[in-house]
Amino acid sequence: MRSAGLRRALVALGILIGAWLLVPTLIVIPISFSGEDSFAFPPSSWSLRHYRTFFTEPSWLNALLVSIQLAVIVTVVATVIGTAAAFALSRTANRFRGVLNGLFLAPLIVPGIVVAVAVYAAFLQWGLIGTPTGFIIAHTVLAIPFVTVNVGSALGGFDRTLERAAASLGASAPATFRSVTLPLIMPGVLSGAVFAFVTSFDEVVVSLFVQSPQLQTLPVRMFTSVTNEVDPTIAAAATVVVTLTTALLTLAATLRRTRRA
Amino acid sequence: MPDAPSGARIEVEGLTKRFPGAATSAVDGIDLEIRAGEFMTLLGPSGSGKTTTLNMIAGFEAITSGRIALDGSDIAQLPAYRRNLGMVFQNYALFPHMTAAENIAFPLKQRKVGKGEIARRVGEALELVHLGGHGDRLPSQLSGGQQQRVALARAVVFEPRALLLDEPLGALDKKLRESLQLEIARLHRELGITFVFVTHDQDEALALSDRIAVFREGRIEQAGTPAELYETPASRFVATFLGDSNVFAGRVRDGRLDTGWCSLRVRDAPVVDGPGADGPVALVVRPERLRIAAAGGPDTGDNVLSATVTDVVYHGAFRRVLVRFDGGGTGQVRDTAGAGGSLAVDQRVEVSWDGDAGVLVPDDEPEPVVDAPAAPVAAGAQ
Repeated sequence: MRSAGLRRALVALGILIGAWLLVPTLIVIPISFSGEDSFAFPPSSWSLRHYRTFFTEPSWLNALLVSIQLAVIVTVVATVIGTAAAFALSRTANRFRGVLNGLFLAPLIVPGIVVAVAVYAAFLQWGLIGTPTGFIIAHTVLAIPFVTVNVGSALGGFDRTLERAAASLGASAPATFRSVTLPLIMPGVLSGAVFAFVTSFDEVVVSLFVQSPQLQTLPVRMFTSVTNEVDPTIAAAATVVVTLTTALLTLAATLRRTRRA
Repeated sequence: MPDAPSGARIEVEGLTKRFPGAATSAVDGIDLEIRAGEFMTLLGPSGSGKTTTLNMIAGFEAITSGRIALDGSDIAQLPAYRRNLGMVFQNYALFPHMTAAENIAFPLKQRKVGKGEIARRVGEALELVHLGGHGDRLPSQLSGGQQQRVALARAVVFEPRALLLDEPLGALDKKLRESLQLEIARLHRELGITFVFVTHDQDEALALSDRIAVFREGRIEQAGTPAELYETPASRFVATFLGDSNVFAGRVRDGRLDTGWCSLRVRDAPVVDGPGADGPVALVVRPERLRIAAAGGPDTGDNVLSATVTDVVYHGAFRRVLVRFDGGGTGQVRDTAGAGGSLAVDQRVEVSWDGDAGVLVPDDEPEPVVDAPAAPVAAGAQ
């Protein structure tokens, strides 16, 4: 009986914490369907006008397209580099592995603003501010750790005997990687790729420094909207971002579950 | 050249492996010739260097020094994937994302064999290991024994001239182990290729091998046929590692073995490897070569020791009688079909054997460090 009571209390606490985490994010959803030009909550009338603005006004639509294209490119580049790095790390002698691992995870640990300032200083020098290349490089650096962590954990569960077996059967190292190792760590690679996409798609701090008025990502456009205007279109933008990232992260979680099964 | 793939001759000369940072060599300058088509077992306790030796032959471990030759040509610098040696692993090492048939097709695909030819040979290989009809199963849908048979099929489908097996039966239960032993013996007969088999299981080694190399601390202690090793072991280590033994340790004086508590006749026992007149030696007598009888009967052998029965274990076809000798030490007798009459614990008995029933070997481990619990050792002169 006591354990049943405790169980109920824990469930209630869990729901409370979940609500605390989610409600602020979810509250933008009803606002995005508001019929007025304000952030009033709850809205007194409903419409899709903010979505219409979002998908028709060039400054919003371009930002969305830039973000998606950028995220796709970053996903490809970061996944290739991050997978190669995780593979190399798993074959590195223990005493070097800690140091290298720390280096690869650094972008996760170093405060975003510090990275941003460093990127800004360097990119000014190299003329990369406001360029697609600048965005790709900066976002790739931030996305790589997520790929190495995911692929690294997949490789941790990978039985190296399989590589010896493949070699004994006549497969060279590249052939072994292609036909044995990669297919078996693919769930880790894919979930790393999803994280890379989301990292790029959501990134705002570094992007604020790299952006130019001509080249803005969606989060940057949202940031300037919040600071300079009172435009509820941002609620529609936020809803689009939340929906897209939630869908992708759910996909990643599903991939992880199938990997374990 | 004959049509069927014949076995390869594998020569190992002065092969040494020293791992970085290790104080001693894991494999310490071994010489071994594995004849074409032979079933050679590398036998030894864990850490004795047998698996490291196999891994060097397979190409998974770089050699520190020495030579590995396949039919006379040095392969030590050849990468594993170009050695063309089949390999079977203890944990099967099947590719979990491929079906049994795809696993078996893998080595053929690497060799760019045509599609139709692959299908035909995969089918044959599955039949060879009695798994016809199981080709579309994933490894996770097969039992341990079936998985190991797929692994065997995969390792021989590309017609390698030698098959390396690393404790292939280690992960299986006793019953399956015995049936797969028969399977491996049959494969060896049918394929006619060289098998190099690593195990720490002496029964497996005795049952399967043409020859056995006994490893100890990175060296080969003795290599020979199972009968040679069992009947004329070169050292106390080999005698106690292979099969059960009674060991009487001591020194030879005036043609008799003085153990400190008894004097034994060893007149006809061949002295293996000539241990100096003064060196410590051990008389090894197999339990089935001892006779046991109630005390007071007529003496029946060159050596007769009085003893007390400490345990009688009934095995059906024979009894294992454990005794404590009056002078010191313990021993065991394998008493076939109750030849020794009725025996009970604490009964006084006489244990006897003829002088030529035992083998005198150099005592290379005066303090018994035997990890085979089934081999009680007669403690000798302390």
